[in-house]
Amino acid sequence: MSKELIRLRDLCMAFDDEPVLNHINLYINDKEFLTLLGPSGCGKTTTLRIIGGFATPTSGDVLFDGVRINDVPPYQRQINTVFQKYALFPHLNVYENIAFGLRMQRRPDPNDPTGKRKVKIPEEEIDQRVMEMLEVISLKGFEHRKPDALSGGQQQRVAIARALVNRPKVLLLDEPLGALDLKLRKDMQIELKRIQQQVGITFIYVTHDQEEALTMSDTIVVMDKGCIQQIGTPEDIYNEPKNAFVADFIGESNIIDGVMVRDKIVKMYGREFPCLDGGFGENEPVDVVIRPEDIDIVPVEQGQLTGTVTNVTFKGMQYDIIVDFRGFKWLIQTTDHSPVGARIGIKIDPDGIHVMKKSQYSGMFGDYSSFSEEYDELDDASLALDEEESGDEE
Amino acid sequence: MKNKLSHFAIPYVIWMALFVVVPIIMVVLYAFSAAGGGFTLANFARMGTYAVVFLRSFKLALIATAVCLLIGYPVSYMMSKEGPQFQRLAMVLIMLPMWMNFLLRTYSWMSILENNGLLNQLFQKIGLIALYNQVFGTDLQYFRLINTQGAVVLGMVYNYLPFMILPIYSVIIKLDRSLIEAARDLGANTFNVFRRVILPLSLPGVLSGITMVFVPSVSTFAISKMLGGGTEMMLGDLIEQQFLGGAYNPQLGAAISLVMMVIVVVCMWVMNRFGEGEEQAVMM
Repeated sequence: MSKELIRLRDLCMAFDDEPVLNHINLYINDKEFLTLLGPSGCGKTTTLRIIGGFATPTSGDVLFDGVRINDVPPYQRQINTVFQKYALFPHLNVYENIAFGLRMQRRPDPNDPTGKRKVKIPEEEIDQRVMEMLEVISLKGFEHRKPDALSGGQQQRVAIARALVNRPKVLLLDEPLGALDLKLRKDMQIELKRIQQQVGITFIYVTHDQEEALTMSDTIVVMDKGCIQQIGTPEDIYNEPKNAFVADFIGESNIIDGVMVRDKIVKMYGREFPCLDGGFGENEPVDVVIRPEDIDIVPVEQGQLTGTVTNVTFKGMQYDIIVDFRGFKWLIQTTDHSPVGARIGIKIDPDGIHVMKKSQYSGMFGDYSSFSEEYDELDDASLALDEEESGDEE
Repeated sequence: MKNKLSHFAIPYVIWMALFVVVPIIMVVLYAFSAAGGGFTLANFARMGTYAVVFLRSFKLALIATAVCLLIGYPVSYMMSKEGPQFQRLAMVLIMLPMWMNFLLRTYSWMSILENNGLLNQLFQKIGLIALYNQVFGTDLQYFRLINTQGAVVLGMVYNYLPFMILPIYSVIIKLDRSLIEAARDLGANTFNVFRRVILPLSLPGVLSGITMVFVPSVSTFAISKMLGGGTEMMLGDLIEQQFLGGAYNPQLGAAISLVMMVIVVVCMWVMNRFGEGEEQAVMM
C-alpha cells in the first residue's frame, strides 16, 4: 500500500498562455484509490490526461516507478483509461472491445532465445482473459452484443473491462459515472471499489462529485484553479478542511469569521467557544467551520447562541433548517422540527468546531443567506458540469 | 403535429410520382412492347448484341470509381486532420468546379486533351514528344489523348470525385475523437488506429461515395461522347441513340435502360451486403 508509483513534480500546464495547472506536486501509491476532486475547469482532467499521455505538460515531470515518462506515448505506458463517455468502439461487439488491447499487444517470443522476436498473444489466452474480465464485470453472455445494445451501466463496465484486461498498473477514470442516473451511480461506486480491490491496482479517479469521492477514495486531492488545495483521506478532508474552499466543496459547512483568542478558545459573535484546535497566533483572525450536523438545537436559555428559524426543508432523514444569527444564516441539520419564525438556541461541542487559517477563499463560502437559490444552482451545475468538462479541456 | 407537418411533403410526393415513379413504369411498359404495340420479349433478345457496350460501360465506371476512391479517401482523411481553416479552404476548392455546369467543364477538358490542345502543345514545347519518338523509334506529331478510354475515365473522375470525397470526409470528421484516444490508450499505433478504428467506422461513407460515383458513371453519355469521341460508345450513348438518334427505337432503349438499372441495383445490393460483411470480418 505504501510503495510510491507515480510522482508529479512541479507540473505546470498552460493552454494559449492561460495557466491550467500551477506547480502540481503529488505522489500516488501503488494499489491506491486516489480521487482528483474539484469543480469544472480546476485542472483535474488535464492532470489525468497528462498522466495518461494525452497531454504534455508545459513544465515539470511525470515519474512512473521513478522513471520520467513525459515523452512516452500513451500506448507504451502501463496505464489505461476509462473515458468520460466510455468511447467503446461502436463497430465491435463486447468481446472484441475488451480484446482490443490484447490484440494490439506484442511480446517477446518465449521460443526465441534472443528474446528479440515479438509475437501476438495467442488466441486461447485472449479468450481466457476476456472471459475472465466478463466475469469480473458480471457481463457473461453479453459478449456478442454491440455497445449500443447495452445500457449505460453495462457500457460503463465494458469500458472498465476493456482497460483492465491489459493488466495495467494504473487505471485512469475520467468522470466515468457522470452519465448514469443516481441509483446506478451509487451501485457503480460500490462496484468500482470492489473491482479495484479485486484486481489490486492503482485507480486515479476524476470527479466533481464530492460524495463519490468520499465513498470510494483512499486519498482525495481537492483542486481548484489549477492548484491542489488539500490532499488527504476522506476523513481528513471532511473533518479537517484546510480552507474555506475545501470546507464548502466537501459537504455542507457554515463558515464563520472568528478570532483565535488562545489555544482551544475561539471567539465568534463576541462569545468564546471551547474547541480542540491550537497553534494559532494570539487573537489571530480565523475561519471557523461548523458542519450542519454538529449543531444541537436547545431551548433559548441554554443556547450558546440564539437565532430565528427562517426556512425549513424536509429532507427525509432530517430537516435542513436555516437559522439567522444576527444577519448571518446557518444551515443546521436536525431531526427535530422547528417551525419558521421560532427562536432557538444552539450548542456546539468542542469537537464540532474546526478552525482554519484565513485564505484567499475567506468570506466567499459558508453563508446560507441565499439558501434556496444555491440549491437550485447546485442541481443545474451538476448537469452543466458534464457538458463543460468534455469540451473545455480537449 | 406530425400530421400537420407532413402536409408539406405532399408537393414532393407528387413530384416523385410524376417524375420518378411514372417514368419507371413507362420504361418497363416500353421495354416489353413491340414497335407497333403488343407484348414482346424481342427487345431483350437483342441485348446480347450490346454485351460489348455493357462490359465497356461497367469496366470504365469501375475504374473511375476505384480511382476516385484511391484519390478521395486519402484526401478526406488528410483534410480531417488539418485545422478548421484549411478544411474550409479545401472544401471550397473541392466544391468550386461544381458551381459550373459539367458540360462546360468537360468542354474545357476537350481543349486540354485535343491533338493540338494544351497538353500536347506543352509536351511539344518541352520536347517530350521528340524524346518519345527517339526512344521508341516512332514518328508521332502528338500523343493521342482525346477519344480514348483513358480520357473518358479522366472525365468521370474529374466530374465525380467530389461525390466520393464529401461523404467520406463527413463521416471521418464526425468520428468521436475519444475513440481514437481510446485506441491509442489500448496500445494501437498510428497504423492500427487507422486500420482498426477509423477505416471500419468510415466504411458507410466509402459505400455511399462508391454509389454516388459508380451509378452516374455507368450511365454517363455526355462525357463519353465528348472525350471518347463516340468511338468508345457507352450505355448512355447507346440509350440516347435509341431515343434521340438515328437508330430511333424507344422500345429497345427502354429495355437497355431497364437491364442497366437492374444490374446497378444488384451491384449496389451486393456491395452493401459486402459492406456489412466487412464489418463482421473486422469484428472477428
